[in-house]
Amino acid sequence: MSAPLARTGSLRRCARGLRPHRWLMAGACAAALGSMFAGLSMPLVVQRLVDGPVAHKDMAALPWTVAAFTLLGVGEAVLLGARRLLVVRPSTRLETTLRADLFRHVQRLPSSFHTQWSSGQLLSRTVSDIAELGRFFAFSAVYLMVNTAALLAGLGVLAYLSPFLALIVLVTYLPMVAATIVFEKRFHVAARSAQDQSGDLTTTVEESVLGIRVLKAFGRGPETVQRFTAQARALRGTELRKLSLTAALWWLITALPELGIVALMGFGGYGTATGSLTLGTLMAAITVATYMRWPADTLGWLIADASTAASAADRYWQLRDAPLAVREPAAPRPLPRPLRGELRVEDVHYRLPGAPEAVLRGIDLTVRPGTTLALIGATGSGKSTLVSLLSRLDDPTHGRITLDGADLRDLSLDALRSVVTCAFDDPVLFSGTVRDNVALGLPPEEHGDARIWEALRLAHAADFVAALPEQLATRVGEEGVGLSGGQRQRLALARAVLPRPAVLVLDNALSALDVHTEREVEAALRTVMAKVTTVVVAHRPATLRAADQVALIADGRVAATGTHDELMASDEHYRHLLRSPVNDLVPDGPPGRDPARKVRA
Amino acid sequence: MPEDRQRNDTAAPGSTATGPTPAPAPDVDHAAHEADGRPDDRQLRTRRNQMLRALLGPERRRLTRAVALALLENVCALVTPLLIAAAIDRGVPAAADGRWGPLTAYAALALSAGLASATLKYGFLRYSGNIAQTLLFRLRCRTFAHAVRLPLAYHESAPSGSVVARLSSDVESVEEVLEMGLDGLFSALFSMVGTVAVMLWLDLPMAAVVLALFLPLYLLTRWFRDRSRRAYRRTRGVTEQIVQHTGETYNGIRAVQAFRKEGENSARLRELDTGYATARAASGRVSAVFSGGVKLIGNLSLALLLALGAIRIADGHLEAGALTAFLLYVHRLYDPIDELASFANAFSAASAGLERIGVLFHTPDTLPEPARPRLLPAVPAPGRVRFEKVRFRYTAASPHVLDGLDLELEPGRTVALVGTTGAGKSTLAKLLARLYDPTGGRVTLDGADLCEVADAELRSGICMVTQEPFLFSGSVADNIALGRPDATRAEIAAAAEAVGAHDFISGLAEGYDTDVRKRGAGLSAGQRQLVALARVMLAAPRVLILDEATSSMDAPTERAVHAALHRVLTGRTALIIAHSLTTAAIADRVLVLENGAVVEDGPPAELATGDGPFAHLYCGWLSATGGRPHHPARH
Repeated sequence: MSAPLARTGSLRRCARGLRPHRWLMAGACAAALGSMFAGLSMPLVVQRLVDGPVAHKDMAALPWTVAAFTLLGVGEAVLLGARRLLVVRPSTRLETTLRADLFRHVQRLPSSFHTQWSSGQLLSRTVSDIAELGRFFAFSAVYLMVNTAALLAGLGVLAYLSPFLALIVLVTYLPMVAATIVFEKRFHVAARSAQDQSGDLTTTVEESVLGIRVLKAFGRGPETVQRFTAQARALRGTELRKLSLTAALWWLITALPELGIVALMGFGGYGTATGSLTLGTLMAAITVATYMRWPADTLGWLIADASTAASAADRYWQLRDAPLAVREPAAPRPLPRPLRGELRVEDVHYRLPGAPEAVLRGIDLTVRPGTTLALIGATGSGKSTLVSLLSRLDDPTHGRITLDGADLRDLSLDALRSVVTCAFDDPVLFSGTVRDNVALGLPPEEHGDARIWEALRLAHAADFVAALPEQLATRVGEEGVGLSGGQRQRLALARAVLPRPAVLVLDNALSALDVHTEREVEAALRTVMAKVTTVVVAHRPATLRAADQVALIADGRVAATGTHDELMASDEHYRHLLRSPVNDLVPDGPPGRDPARKVRA
Repeated sequence: MPEDRQRNDTAAPGSTATGPTPAPAPDVDHAAHEADGRPDDRQLRTRRNQMLRALLGPERRRLTRAVALALLENVCALVTPLLIAAAIDRGVPAAADGRWGPLTAYAALALSAGLASATLKYGFLRYSGNIAQTLLFRLRCRTFAHAVRLPLAYHESAPSGSVVARLSSDVESVEEVLEMGLDGLFSALFSMVGTVAVMLWLDLPMAAVVLALFLPLYLLTRWFRDRSRRAYRRTRGVTEQIVQHTGETYNGIRAVQAFRKEGENSARLRELDTGYATARAASGRVSAVFSGGVKLIGNLSLALLLALGAIRIADGHLEAGALTAFLLYVHRLYDPIDELASFANAFSAASAGLERIGVLFHTPDTLPEPARPRLLPAVPAPGRVRFEKVRFRYTAASPHVLDGLDLELEPGRTVALVGTTGAGKSTLAKLLARLYDPTGGRVTLDGADLCEVADAELRSGICMVTQEPFLFSGSVADNIALGRPDATRAEIAAAAEAVGAHDFISGLAEGYDTDVRKRGAGLSAGQRQLVALARVMLAAPRVLILDEATSSMDAPTERAVHAALHRVLTGRTALIIAHSLTTAAIADRVLVLENGAVVEDGPPAELATGDGPFAHLYCGWLSATGGRPHHPARH
């Protein structure tokens, strides 16, 4: 019992959320206790009835005793209902408070945190673990107290009836409580592995469905079914082990009280026969012992549940206590006015927490207002990390980034993110309308449909949005209409240009567009966003050529800067990064690549 | 535990017994089940029952034995109160006279009945649990095997979540019922019938009192069942919305932060959580009223029994022991009612789950294994493909995508398919991969009609590699070995070497044994392509179909992939669906498709210099990728 009790620290921390409702919780405990005592007192009335009116054939006392019994019976029932009613509010409020708090916290955690945690894990903590805690406080916590009280009270009543009978019950019930604790612990282990195995099974199903094309292409269906069958068989084995534990426990908790009751009958019968006990006392003792069965069998289960809940609480606090690396400054400085949009990256280093090597190792770059900087580099060179620092999705571990001379960390997050906007290569659409998604983060009074259409036109998204069944009001996202990757990217781009930012960050934001559309979108962006400082991660020559400045990132450092033409002429690595495979395969360049020459030909 | 195995970004919070299970979207299958319209309720039930019979059939004998065990257990449990009554009424007075025999005998009998009941219960639990688990095992395996066997057309039209939901939340709902069911249902039913029978035998008027109070109990239970079902649905609905909202937020956290959506998200969660609290409060009220009500009715029966019992004992119609037995029986009757009521909910969930699984089961396999499967003929130059007057349409209502296409692919040559979306490129590839059968004409490989070739033979002869290479959880080696499961490690390494993947694989933390799903070990898009190509190299099919990836890669990666592709294509008949003309350029022959017909056919270099559609596409593409390619060396 000590092991689970030692781990109640995080549970107690959760229980602080119950404080506003402590009177309701106290009321629920009182009701549970009251209902249990009413239930326990009923056998005492039965004793009076049997020893009084029944034994002496004295009907005068009958109405009173029956009335008393009825009263207790009604009381037990009403209090039982009251317990369930009273606990609803505190426990659901606890759940919603814990969830709101966690959700707010997780939303503010930096991207370094989010790359290390899958959203599935975060989700299970926000929903399942909290539900587990809610159930624990609504039920198990109350009964843990109440059942202990009831067992003690039951023993007290028995001792009052006959100390000897109380001893018999104690001797038979105590091993039951001990055994349940041991069994529950072992059961818990089996249940955990069953849970894992069933998770594996689900993973196999998910993968097989997602990778069905591969399975069909290679004809690997039968092997996959075999693997699934083996996993399902393993799961069945674990389930059967769980079952044999449950069955053994059942045997024990059925047999032991039975033994106790028979012992009561034997010894009590002897006592009654020899006159040391009344018949009513014996009947009352048997009924009390029967009544104590439930609190006794459930005690072990409740303790096990407390330990499960404690693990859920640990997981909750592990997440809730994750440090907020990107902090709001205590006294944010106002945005420089007028905002010119000059970005300076000064000796910026970045290392993921716990990683042995830094991703960025001293980046220095200056982007003059209204110009475009293109970043190019091989996969893993740190381009994407660098651009994520520009809107403080994370902070540099060393060095600083300034916007018109102001360190980004001195600006309020809200102000910064309203003037630095981004579009990423994996465009995320949230459940909602096209309008909601494009005007994301803007208050409704700051944008009208006209401005949204303008942004859509700029992103070359106006045509397909106009063709949607309800145009701007069409629902997109998980349950909305399906859009192609290129369409989603264009909506994400419209979202980034709508607020008329001072700095626009495009992280491979047009990668899913075909080359024609990409060029058209870029041309449109250039004319309208001439005043906007733009940082773009790209690897297509046309994009790079259009940039005022290109920075080649290698190994977390700026390996070279210059215009596209300069780098083409001077930098072998740059040329290597850009050389298209078609040139390798058709050594002299493809015939007819020059439309003019083709006409001449 | 950040390295937990939650790999899917949209993964719901696991399949914990306690967690909210992800929604088995209710209409999910109907989309896929279009052809014959939405099956009506009766059909659904019939299918469900057929499936149950098929699953339970082999267990009939064991089921009968389980029922017999449950019956015996209940008989033993029923006897105990009677023995207590006898001990009080006969044993005690006899003992008072100095005869201890009867009391000892009753006590011994009660003890053995108790032990027997416990032991039988133990046996029943294990036995019925075994049946239940076998049943679940069979249900899982058959459903999965069927789902995997279903043609690609099914998987393309049904949302990927639906098969997963069938095998997770739906099977779990069945499991839940089986767990509480076989035990709870049998015991509760038998003990109810048995208890009432014994009561009637003991004393008719007293039994009548107990029975009379069954009426309010019945009404209360019915009320509860309706209300709790509604409350349960509401809670479940809101929980699903919370799961969706938080999941979506966590998935798109970068956009959330960059566009300052945090406050809006929290407000939305508050709104949902208010709904959640309301739904939970409603369900709490219903349960509170129900469990209080059941207790009240039980206690009132006890009070009435006491009053009536006292009078009847006074009249000499009843003995004190019998009254005790009645009191114990009433407890036995009322205790499991709470459980039975929740059983009703679980049962309806399981029944709906089984119906949905039944729908999946009844989805026909449109690409059956041929009745007399043949092998691919051994020919000197294997890999000759012929499309002979092939007609195809996706459904009977839709127009023909291909209408009488004739085409021959020569052995060992690479053919690129070029054309706009909807021109029929993918359809052509899918027919060659026998993911569909043509509606008219035939497709042959080395003279054998694909419809007549044994599936395993066909799959080793023709292999289709798709756009986004999918890697399964497991090691890099496992993923390559998918091409040929019996390959040795040396063969796997040789295949990787051949496509130029050996170097990067050796550089991974655990080389070929690196788990591809482990967070942090994530392979880049180019590396995944190489693994997928190594898979093909190992499978060494006669014919390769390649659906090229559309997403752009940086040039060095693209070069590596192209080089690998080149080696895979050498000496093999290949059909490539080309999205970029870079790929078309490496083919021996280009087919330009328009509206299901070949409008241009020839070597890429020749077509590019001509004046046809391919030359058109080619010029446009070149000017889009940057005017003219830079060749500083040639300046």
